[in-house]
Amino acid sequence: MTDPLFRLRGLRKSYGRGWSLRIDSLDVHRDQILAIVGPTGSGKSTLLRLLHLLEAPDEGTIEFDGRPVTYPVPVEVLRRITMVFQRPVLLRGTVLDNVRYGPLLRGRRDPEPARRALESLAMSHLAHARAFPLSGGESQRVAVARALVLASPVLLLDEPTAHLDPAHILVIERIIRSLRESRGTTTIIVTHHLLQARRLADRVALLLEGRLIEEAETARFFDHPDDPRASAFLRGDLVW
Amino acid sequence: MAVSAALGIPLGLLLARARFFGRGLVVAIVYTGMGFPPVVVGLAVYLLLSRSGPLGFLGWLFTPTAMVVAQVVISLPVIAGLTMAAAEAVDPELALQLRSLGANPAQESRALLREVQPGVLAALLAGFGAIISEVGAAMLVGGNIDGQTRVLSTAIVLETRRGEFGLALALGGALLTLAFIVNAFLLRFQVAPRRLGG
Repeated sequence: MTDPLFRLRGLRKSYGRGWSLRIDSLDVHRDQILAIVGPTGSGKSTLLRLLHLLEAPDEGTIEFDGRPVTYPVPVEVLRRITMVFQRPVLLRGTVLDNVRYGPLLRGRRDPEPARRALESLAMSHLAHARAFPLSGGESQRVAVARALVLASPVLLLDEPTAHLDPAHILVIERIIRSLRESRGTTTIIVTHHLLQARRLADRVALLLEGRLIEEAETARFFDHPDDPRASAFLRGDLVW
Repeated sequence: MAVSAALGIPLGLLLARARFFGRGLVVAIVYTGMGFPPVVVGLAVYLLLSRSGPLGFLGWLFTPTAMVVAQVVISLPVIAGLTMAAAEAVDPELALQLRSLGANPAQESRALLREVQPGVLAALLAGFGAIISEVGAAMLVGGNIDGQTRVLSTAIVLETRRGEFGLALALGGALLTLAFIVNAFLLRFQVAPRRLGG
């Protein structure tokens, strides 16, 4: 196996009351889809933000693409990673303005990729609509389009289908798979839907109370988890 | 107006974004200043600039400079307070999401300013309204001297007292037209298509 894209060691992050995240060791490999699951408040979003390299851990190290990360991270490195946030904030202007924003920052003025990204999410009809009166689900799809158009090698998704109906969930899952196939995009997705993790991911990681409990290849994670707490979580037992 | 904008917009943005010792006091002063009766401001500036006052040596009383000082004191809190409210209304997550989309610090600041822009324009309009409609302070510190410190609002008061209602009404019309032109000019920035990126 090649060197991991992300190598996390002894990672600790706190927001004031104890550790929000304590991960002793985690590797994320290239061209893979990793699903992070766990109950609310288990540190999933914190982990995603640290992987985005926008926030520094309080302790521990992150290696990205074979190099130790030092903060603040240069914008050229940050631009290799794009994140869709759990609660996307859109800019004033139209939907197309929002999707074009990232490419314009990089000096790419051609609107066609943005149009294609909207089309892939069945949102072409909203291209010239104002971004603000959009519903939660529409905003989420705009945020996904805004990330897709950048074609970054790493895509971080924080519950990107939380407000979507089943048809749109399938569209986004299909896009995530095709990105891996066509561009080799490494995708890390936080999800509450275990079935989605099973459908989509190559590997699954379970976080409980900020700790990494289990991380394994998807079939093994669901069928033969090593940790009894992972088995309990999968059974739906609330043991914490 | 230019002085108030140059000071008030950065102050409002700073109060919205930064957390520092004494911020609460500054915010309270700004909010109090937004409701100051202009005539009281005029009185305070008059006392400061009068010959026996601490700034009397400047010789500014009954000059246009004194009127500018009073109008800055009146409009600065309005512009700073409304700019702060507009900046605080911008989602705090936006900055993080802009960085996630690849914005460098300069691009991030520009995008955030663009998001605050309608609120800043409203603040400028309110500040302009406070200045142009103001009479008491202008009278007190300017003296309403013909050809020197007489402005439209003080001239209207004078002509009304003289019983020259026609002239007062005409001056009122000129004042309204001026206000309309300035407001229309500023509103153009609010509705003009925005260019994103860069």
